Order: sequence, then structure tokens, then C-alpha cells
Amino acid sequence: MELMEQISESLQKGDAPAVDRLTRDALEQGTAPGQILDDGLLVGMAVIGQKFKAHEVFLPHVLLAAKAMYAGLDILGPLMEGDERLSRGKVVIGTVQGDIHDIGKNLVGIMLRGAGYEVIDLGKDVAPARFIDVAIEEDAQFVGLSTLLTTTRPVMKQVIELARERGIYDKVRILVGGAPLNRAYAEEIGAHAYCFDGMNAVDCVNGFMNRS
Amino acid sequence: MRPRIEFLDQQLLERIVSEARDLLCNLGIEIHNNGILELLSDHGARVESNTMRVFYTQELIDRSLETAPSGFHLYDVAGKPAVDLSGFNVQFTPGSAAIHILDHDSTESRTPTSADYVRYTRLVSGLDHLASQSTAFIPGDVHEKISDSYRLFLSLLHCPKPVVTGAFTVEAFEVMKDLLVAVRGSEAELAAKPLAMFSCCPTSPLKWSDVTSQNLVDCARHSIPVEIISMPMSGFIAPVTLVGTLVQHTVETLSGLIISQLVNPGTPVLYGGSPAYFDVRYETTPMGAPETQMIDCAYNEIGKYLGIPTQAYIGLSDSKLLDTQAGLESSMGATLAALAGINNISGPGMMDFESCYSHEKLVIDNEICGMTLRLTRGIEEREDFPARPRFEELLREQHLLISDHTMRYLDQEVAYPGPVIDRANRARWQEEGKRTMGQRAHQIVEQTVAAHEPVSHAGDVRKELIQRMRAEAATYGMDRLPEID
Ligand code: B12
Repeated sequence: MELMEQISESLQKGDAPAVDRLTRDALEQGTAPGQILDDGLLVGMAVIGQKFKAHEVFLPHVLLAAKAMYAGLDILGPLMEGDERLSRGKVVIGTVQGDIHDIGKNLVGIMLRGAGYEVIDLGKDVAPARFIDVAIEEDAQFVGLSTLLTTTRPVMKQVIELARERGIYDKVRILVGGAPLNRAYAEEIGAHAYCFDGMNAVDCVNGFMNRS
Repeated sequence: MRPRIEFLDQQLLERIVSEARDLLCNLGIEIHNNGILELLSDHGARVESNTMRVFYTQELIDRSLETAPSGFHLYDVAGKPAVDLSGFNVQFTPGSAAIHILDHDSTESRTPTSADYVRYTRLVSGLDHLASQSTAFIPGDVHEKISDSYRLFLSLLHCPKPVVTGAFTVEAFEVMKDLLVAVRGSEAELAAKPLAMFSCCPTSPLKWSDVTSQNLVDCARHSIPVEIISMPMSGFIAPVTLVGTLVQHTVETLSGLIISQLVNPGTPVLYGGSPAYFDVRYETTPMGAPETQMIDCAYNEIGKYLGIPTQAYIGLSDSKLLDTQAGLESSMGATLAALAGINNISGPGMMDFESCYSHEKLVIDNEICGMTLRLTRGIEEREDFPARPRFEELLREQHLLISDHTMRYLDQEVAYPGPVIDRANRARWQEEGKRTMGQRAHQIVEQTVAAHEPVSHAGDVRKELIQRMRAEAATYGMDRLPEID
């Protein structure tokens, strides 16, 4: 099997040590880091993403594959500094003030990280201003807001209004999610997107990145 | 013989409990509440203040298990005992705190209103197999800061049954407690005759949040019963095995029970929960899954072993419509729960991962509850032996339709379901309009709501409830109370 294919296969199996070894082999044979990333690691991740959607593999397999991808990225990263493909984008994420539900938000964070994004997790019960402060400080492209309570939905609106006031509404994309939300509500409060689960959030963020 | 179902043998059960006790003492629990950390420290637990981690002691565990009552009653609005939570007694209560309501006409799920809530209170008043009511969903037409207390307010106004509820914030607890006191007349009377029970939730894994732990303390201070609702999710924030999940559930539940008993020894506590296995295909927490239901039944066995009455979110469905999945998951859960002897079974009316309530489902589930309650009575001997005289009578008369024996025992042997369950033959069913289960259920909703009689409150209770709610609403700028003004 060709080396790139082997990398992709090992990544799909979630075999991090193999991805590590094969990435080094490929570099030794003179393959360009960018090619290893595109034809090995990212191809493998794309396959696993498709399989997940088709219910051929489940969440743990996706996360294991992501972990294996990072084994390769850890080696390629220093060699590709400044390369756009590596900095997929930054997401500031948190559960809004008054709400302590963070499982869904955590899972979204885990999956976005798995998809190569840098995730800054502010935790739960997060005050509106903090989302905006950190988004500005970190120059993030995305802000993710989570809530599971009917009673704390209005806090999301406050965050979005604050984003407008502080002039970042058109620069960042604001995603919202959680059981009491739906697309209509998200639109009503001015969120840029509503996502129903972690995989959907990855698709959505990828979509924005590809468009920009 | 009361039929029983069990999932744990003694040896496994005892191992789970001893491992849980070990974790409580040696791995510790994170409690984000300085008052509670101090309290536990005063009682000999080691507290690591930088991590907010508490290490309980075996002695604390034993002492709390001794002071926690092995059973208690809930009393209705009039002060009469309505529910006995002890031994193998089971009672059903509507699943609680839905976000949405399933609209009968559009079959869409939408935000509920106070009008929906009043309809619910009237409906639940008339459903015989639901011994208590719950604050089943959150009305969307009141200020969000009072939407948890407003449901309790409407419940106390319109339905005489005791209430299973919960506060969303520390402040809301006070408001809700005051409403309960308004009905009983005094705090002492409320403590003597509990009218409501509050859900208090640890945060898996092995943690308590500030809000929910404070709710636990505040309930205990007023001797208001609590149900501790631990929610490990197998394979995600709990071990994937049912046994591992049970260990975690035991740790989290005991950690809360001990807090309540230290605040006020003797506070009534239900050993409850809403665990679920985590579905790694859909990122969801299915309540209708057999794995989830086995965890519920098994922790109930642990609660019984420890001498504490039990509760579970079971007998509900993850379906989005009133379809076969809704019926099958709800009845499987209700049946298992009743046979396992879970004392407070929270589920009827609920679907879509505890997020959607339906009036029609409440009616259908009420029938399911009736059928499972019949199962719990099991098979009893009723003048059956010696058998020969009865059979002589049968051969002589050719039937037993009007036999004395039949007339004596017909009502005890058979529990007739309501018209939701169709037991007519096809021809009759056709002639009577070929109605679906959904249509039959909807008709019962309409009839029951229409037949509802206002609750007669003693003295000025009604006025007082409205006054309190009005004052609370006014602080959030609401000058009109929906369904009152
Ligand atoms: C687990 C749970 C808890 C746990 C939370 C533990 C934790 N660390 O998060 C505990 C026990 C602590 C808890 C506490 C409470 N809970 Co709770 N809880 C749940 C439960 C059962 C499951 C939530 C969950 O984790 N699901 C699994 C995850 C993976 O899914 P998810 O959260 O939906 O997230 C996914 C998507 O929504 C989306 N998503 C979510 N966020 C975001 C954000 C972004 C940016 C994106 C892109 C996507 C996205 O992607 C996620 C991954 O797939 C829900 C029921 C439900 N149907 O949601 C009730 C529920 C939300 N809780 C409820 C209640 C009432 C409470 C309490 C108020 C109870 C009480 N009286 O104390 C307290 C909250 C106190 C407070 N002030 O916050 C109600 C809400 C009612 C309402 N109308 O608002 C629910 C619906 C249950 C019920 N019917 O009573 N709860």
C-alpha cells in the first residue's frame, strides 16, 4: 500500500503510534509536509466523517481518529508554520449565564477540536461580556453559545446584542445550540447559525470556513 | 405475592455499594458551595479547599443512612395523605420540566403557554393512576425569572394533588417555598405535611453545582422532601458498563443524601435519578432504552438495600410523536419500574428525551400506569380452593357470569382500562367511528378538562397565592398574570 494510503488507513483505525511512525517515514522519503497533510491525514478524516454520518462508525471512532490525526499534526506543525491549512480557525465556546449544563457544549468542543479547530472553552454559567471580551482578545472567528434551559435562552440574545454593540457581529459567526433552541429562534435572536449536534456544528463551521 | 423484578444479585449489589463508599471517602466529590464544604468539614470530612473536593468518612455515610427516613408521605392541598413512598409502594407522577409541548392539532412541538399549563393541571386532576402532579413544563408567556415558580403557582391553584417540582435558581426556591407555605398556613405545618418534593441534581461526574447543592440545603432546612437526581451517562461521562454507571450513581446520590442529613437529620429523601446510556451514534441520552431502564431498576434495588425510598425518570419515551415507539418505550419502562418497586415513577406524558410533554400522551400513559399497577397486585387466591364446588357450579349453570364468586371478585381481579385502550371487536370499533388511539386520547383530554371542578382552598389561600405571585411578577415588570387577569 502506498504510504499516504497507509497514513489514512491508520488514522481511520485510530492508531496514533502508526500515524506518528508513518508520518516520519514519509518525511524521510522526502514527501512534502503539505502533501502528507492533504493526501494522508485529511483524506482519512474525511472518510471517517462520511462513515460516521452513515452510521458505519460511531463517535468514539471519530474521536480516536482525530487523536491519531493530531499525532501526525504534532510532527507536521513545526514544519508548516504560517501555513493556512493548519490554522483552521478559533472558536470561543461556553454555556450562558444561569445555566450549568455543559455536557453538550463540551462534546461540541471535543468534536471541533477533533476537526482541527482551536477551541477556547469558557466553561458554564458564563457572563455575556466574557464571550465578547475573549472573542476580541483571541481574534476568534466563531463564538458558540450553549443553553439547555428555557429560562436562560434570553441570555443568548444579550450576547448577540453585545457583539453588535462592540462591533464584532459582522466579523465573527455566532453559533447557538441546546435543547430549547431551534432554527427559528436562532434567527429571531440574530445568531448566524443553529446546530443540533456536534457533527452538525463541525459541518457548519467547515461550511463558513470554506465560504470565507 | 407481589411480583418483583431484580437485576442485581446480593454479592454484586454489595460490591457496588462498597466500591462507591470507597470512592466517596478516597476519591472525593467536588462541591462548588463553600457553606456545604464548611458543614462537611465540621462533621469530620476532609476538604481540599483549592479543588473544592470533599472526602467523606464511612462514619458520615453510616450516620446519614440511619437518619434518612425509610419512607414518608406526601399530602394533598387539603392536607390529606395522598402518596405513601415506602416499601414496594409505587406511584406515578407526570414527567417533569419539559421545554416543549406537542400540539395536538398541528402535531408540532411548540413553546407551551400558561393556558396549556392550566389545561394540564385540570387534566392531571382527573387522571386516576397519577397520584401526584408535577410541574410538567415551563410556560413561555411569563418572564423567564418566574417561569419555574409560575408553574407551581398554577399547579397549587388548580390541582389538589401533591407536587413534584424543582427550582431553576437559588432565589426561585424561596418564592416556591413561600407559595407552599401559603397553602399550608405555616412552615411547621408544611414540614409536618409535605405538599411538594424538589428535584436536586448532582453534576456527573462526581460533582455538585452551587445552585443545585444550595437547593438541596434549602429544602433540608425546611424539611421539604428532595429527590436526588443523579444523571451519569454511560460511555460518555460515566463508565460504559451498567455496573460502572451504578457505582457512579451510588456515589453521587449518597453524596447528596449525606448533605441533606447533615443540614437537617431526618429530611425525607428519595434515592432517585435520571441516568441514561449515551448513544454514540446520535449524541443523545435515550430514556426509552433497556440499558437506561435497567440502570434505573438496579439503583432502586441499591436504594432499597440502603433503606431509602426511590425515584426514577422512567416510563417515558424518546419518540417525537404519539406512535408505536412512544407506547412501547413508555410501557416497558412503567412496567419494569412498577415491578421493581420504584416508589416515585416520573415519566407519564413525557417524550423526546424529557424535553416534550403531551396532554394526549398523559392520558395514554395514565392507562399504561393503570395496567402496570394491576400487574403489581399480581395473582392472588380468592376463595379458589377447594376448586371442586366452583367447577360443579360452572358445569351446572353453564357459565359463571352471575355467580356470587364472580360478583364478589370481578372488580378486584380485573382493572379495566379507559377508552384509550381499545377492546371492542372490529365491527363495533368500525361502527363507532374507527377512531385511532390518538383521537380517543384527545377526546378524553377534552372531557377530563371540561369535567374539572375548581379546587376548594381553605380560607384566604387562593387570594394569598395570587397576591404572592403578583408581587413576585411585579418585580420583573409583569403587571398582568396570564390565566388569572
Ligand atoms: C444531563 C442533564 C442535567 C445535568 C447536567 C450536567 C452537565 N454537566 O451538563 C444536571 C443534573 C446537572 C442538570 C441540572 C439541571 N437540569 Co438538566 N438536563 C439534563 C438532560 C437530561 C440531558 C442534557 C444533556 O447533557 N444531553 C446530552 C448532550 C450531548 O446533548 P445536548 O446538551 O442537547 O447538546 C447537543 C446539542 O444540543 C448541541 N449543542 C448544545 N449546545 C451547543 C452549543 C453550540 C455552540 C452548538 C453549535 C451546538 C450545541 O450539540 C450537543 C452535542 O450533540 C436534559 C434533558 C434534555 N433533553 O436535554 C435535562 C434538562 C435540560 N434539565 C432540566 C432542568 C430543569 C434542570 C435543573 C433546573 C433541575 C433542577 N431543578 O435543579 C438543573 C439546572 C440548574 C441550572 N441553573 O442550570 C430541564 C430543562 C427544562 C426547561 N424547560 O428549561 C431538562 C430538559 C430536563 C427536564 N425535562 O426536566 N441537568
